[in-house]
Amino acid sequence: MPRPLPAGAPEVSIILRELPWFLRGVLVTLEVLSGVMATGIILGLVLSVIEVYGPRPVSLLATVIERALRGVPPIVLLLLVFYLPWDLPPLAVAIVALGLCSGAYQSQIFRSAIRSVPRGQLEAGLSLGMTQVQTVLHVVLPQALRRAIGPWSNEFASQIKDTSLAYIVGVVEILRQARYVIAYTFGHSLLVYGFCALIYFALTRAGNHFIYRLEERLHIPGFETRRLAGKRRW
Amino acid sequence: MVSFWELARDSLPALLGGAGVTVELTAICIAAGFILGWALALGRIYGGRFVYAVCTGYVEFVRGTPLLVQLFFLYYGLPDVGVVFPPLLAAGIAMGLNTAAYQAEYFRGAIRSIPRGQVEAAYALGMSRFQAFRHIVFPQAMRIVIPAWSNELIYMLKYSSLAFVVGVPELMGRANLIAARNFRYFELYLIVAGIYIVLVWSLAGMVSILDRYIRVPGLGEPR
Repeated sequence: MPRPLPAGAPEVSIILRELPWFLRGVLVTLEVLSGVMATGIILGLVLSVIEVYGPRPVSLLATVIERALRGVPPIVLLLLVFYLPWDLPPLAVAIVALGLCSGAYQSQIFRSAIRSVPRGQLEAGLSLGMTQVQTVLHVVLPQALRRAIGPWSNEFASQIKDTSLAYIVGVVEILRQARYVIAYTFGHSLLVYGFCALIYFALTRAGNHFIYRLEERLHIPGFETRRLAGKRRW
Repeated sequence: MVSFWELARDSLPALLGGAGVTVELTAICIAAGFILGWALALGRIYGGRFVYAVCTGYVEFVRGTPLLVQLFFLYYGLPDVGVVFPPLLAAGIAMGLNTAAYQAEYFRGAIRSIPRGQVEAAYALGMSRFQAFRHIVFPQAMRIVIPAWSNELIYMLKYSSLAFVVGVPELMGRANLIAARNFRYFELYLIVAGIYIVLVWSLAGMVSILDRYIRVPGLGEPR
């Protein structure tokens, strides 16, 4: 229903009045984000383990899938999933499409982390009578995952921003709520989109802070963390 | 109803035209972002307190917000204060301003990686601040930065597809126009995905050739 700004009220009061709607949008954004990251971790781990340990044709196939997914813009993936012959709710479309995208990137992160665990450890595990699956699960992955946290957090940060693309398939996240607010209040686009930018900025900041804390807690003693390295990117 | 292959054949010329717009848009934005990115990086490293604060604030804010929101702010928001851009220009400005912030971080990292002693040595030889930068820091930084910086090319090529949201007739926009006539959305987006894969893979190939050519011998082993 239309709810224009009362005469004489300052424009900024729109933000205060519509704050509950924005917050609802934030919740949906977080929902998309957690879904995407969860899908991405699973897909990324599966792809990377197959690429490193799978038999040749299978690992080659995994590499091609990963490369192809990284070559397609997320919007194209979103619309492809959206127009699949069967109907999915918008949230599922966003999570599947962005999850595929993120999974391809995460598989790169996990792959190099897995490769960084010396091969001798795998052989040692095998010689102790563990199966290959057991060795990977109990010896390689626990170390690889801790090493992956640094680059993984970069992916997390950029994924917070990419959730905004879910707008395109009709998920009512922050940006879509902003559009509704603009429609209901007859204008004020500049203010509303500016406020949106602020929300995202706060989210990425908070996300980065949280992930740095995680990184520090899980870091392997003796290995450089980002904060110790003065936050240099490379 | 025509088959998928006939659809592909009939729509390919229009789609390739769109791909041309995509490439142009990307190239212009990268070039604009390159110049602005260097300005921002220099501002953050050599600038006084005020310049540093402005450049840092800009880079952090742009990197902390989604490109789509920036695009909406420029295209739908700015008309509120009387600034109206046509879609292509709005998309170009948004992407250029966006990539500048990311490129600035690459350049800053590269400048920082040049040992401070080299600059001091240049001063000791009587070079001015500008000369030291122009002849000592810049040439090395440029070679060091290119392998990492080239990721930004690929990233921008993909993200230029956002321009379709405000109605720019680039690759995605063209596919959308065609699909609006025959409702073959899924198949057309499949073709678009194929074209993007070809574009991205060939750009990645060119970039890796460039990387090999420009690599500083002995600095970091190829993976």
